[in-house]
Amino acid sequence: MSTTDPVAGEPSPDVWTEVHSSAEFVALRRRLRSFVFPMTGLFLAWYLLYILLADYAHGFMSIKLVGNINVGLVFGLLQFVSTFVITGLYVRHANRNLDPIAGKIRSEVEGDEQ
Amino acid sequence: MTVSTLAQSIEGTNPALNISIFAAFVVITLLVVFRASRNTKTASDYYAAGRAFSGPQNGIAISGDYLSAASFLGIAGAIAVYGYDGFLYSIGFLVAWLVALLLVAELLRNTGKFTLGDVLSFRMRQRPVRAAAATSTLAVSFFYLLAQMAGAGVLVSLLLGITGEVGQSIVIAIVGVIMIVYVLVGGMKGTTWVQIIKAALLIAGAAAMTLWVFGTYGFNLSALMQAAVDRAGAGGEELLNPGAKYGESAASRLDFLSLGLALVFGTAGLPHVLMRFYTVPTSRDARRSVVWAIVLIGLFYLFTLILGYGAAALVGPEAIQQAPGGENSAAPLLALALGGPVLLGFIAAVAFATILAVVAGLTITASASFAHDIYANVIKKGQVDSHNAEVRVARITAVVIGALAVIGGILAKNQNVAFLVALAFAVAASANLPTLLYSLFWKRFNTSGALWSIYGGLTTAIVLIVFSPAVSGSESAMLSSVDFHWFPLQNPGLVSIPLSFFFGWLGTVLSSEHNEAKYAEMEVRALTGAGAEKATTH
Repeated sequence: MSTTDPVAGEPSPDVWTEVHSSAEFVALRRRLRSFVFPMTGLFLAWYLLYILLADYAHGFMSIKLVGNINVGLVFGLLQFVSTFVITGLYVRHANRNLDPIAGKIRSEVEGDEQ
Repeated sequence: MTVSTLAQSIEGTNPALNISIFAAFVVITLLVVFRASRNTKTASDYYAAGRAFSGPQNGIAISGDYLSAASFLGIAGAIAVYGYDGFLYSIGFLVAWLVALLLVAELLRNTGKFTLGDVLSFRMRQRPVRAAAATSTLAVSFFYLLAQMAGAGVLVSLLLGITGEVGQSIVIAIVGVIMIVYVLVGGMKGTTWVQIIKAALLIAGAAAMTLWVFGTYGFNLSALMQAAVDRAGAGGEELLNPGAKYGESAASRLDFLSLGLALVFGTAGLPHVLMRFYTVPTSRDARRSVVWAIVLIGLFYLFTLILGYGAAALVGPEAIQQAPGGENSAAPLLALALGGPVLLGFIAAVAFATILAVVAGLTITASASFAHDIYANVIKKGQVDSHNAEVRVARITAVVIGALAVIGGILAKNQNVAFLVALAFAVAASANLPTLLYSLFWKRFNTSGALWSIYGGLTTAIVLIVFSPAVSGSESAMLSSVDFHWFPLQNPGLVSIPLSFFFGWLGTVLSSEHNEAKYAEMEVRALTGAGAEKATTH
């Protein structure tokens, strides 16, 4: 077998439109968007807050907590933590709630190709 | 620290040793590349490595592509000299991966074949959108290449003691030639293996140095920072707090904000990163790639925090700034201080390998974009007689881009590497990301909108850079002898990113074009992976 040619055995345009309006696909899109849009808003807001604090609240960021470890450093490291946590949450969401339904629709569309 | 001790530290290096370590890397990677090339036959093999890499392999290769000389040399240097403000680079570079993970990677893998243009033009009129996507891909790649080549010049002066213009230029040219061989012979598969080897060496090397430095201070971050403060002398306390680099004026504070935006929105618009998602068999593997990349990149940036403060503590900010290569020399000088000439040789060879690998990744991306989008689809209107012709064009383009990179690298030698990369991010964030997001998520988006946001974002970003203090009118400018700047910020992101989103919206509503059926097809493909390109099995 060599590279699968995308044109061979392509579903007809009607199939795409039909699937696009199916209840299953609408549910899949809602599950994806209702997770990624708010999450994107959240991490961008958190990142922007951090940048603005580092930029305009030097006094606050320079408050020392333990030894030379100040608020700014802790906030910076928390950005690492939140990035790792959001990555984990997304992977769990995708594995549990997106992949099964996406796989089901995919095999319906590709049909006999398998 | 005086100039004489600095001269000694340069003398402490052993050029023959450095060259042999680096030569060993080149020989090993070339062997791997030649092996990998045996199965490179079709366009899919050449551009996308037959889509046969696993998620973890691709994740390591992505971190190899991403952890460029800018990350290693630039960030460690910025932290060593400016302290906290240098740390911002790492945070922006890391958080940016969430945009790629949540919004871009999987959908892109499912929709396209080889290039960014595949996705952007999916439901648009092919030729104009592909031409635009290729233009912005080439522009971003060019800025990024400049940064890498500038880093090569720095390393050469440190390693071989070559400070003369001619000597440095010759070495930059050698880098260019080796890189072209990787790309021509190995295609995407060979380039990916080079990235994997390099990423493993870089991360292991950085980890070893981090443990060493950290261990010297009893694994006590506070003590390490105290040592950095003490070494810096008067005003050293500033290393701990934000503002050392960007806190001087209202303009520089805005610059910091602008940089932050460019970093976070730029990653998911970098063509050479996006192209990596095509080297895996499914969107699930694309997701796993990003997860691996986030973990490796996150760890690496934690290392650079220690390395940066470590360099400040053991070498001293002043000594770093006075060394050949300035800020960029912090990590190599730290290696010398820790482990003498052998560690310096290893670390510098790894950094050199980093430049080589990243430049190869950029070149294959730019050449793929030219051959696939411009040659095959714009010039030949999708009627290329055989895929071999397209791959041949890609190979010729790779040689041309390599040559341009060498010339550009010679001109950009003395710029801070991280800063140059930040400019590449600003262009990617302005020209590519808004178009990509609209294209994936906004039903109404159309050809006119895509052209407006690509060309609008690209033009705004480049014009603002040309008239910024980065190019003229300041001490650190590319052309320090003239002054034609009127834009106050070094980084254009703050203005150009929102403008590009606005242009995309405006262009869309000004045109009534809308292909409902194609949108339905694109969305179903993107979300489910139906009909996506499969892996090649040999």
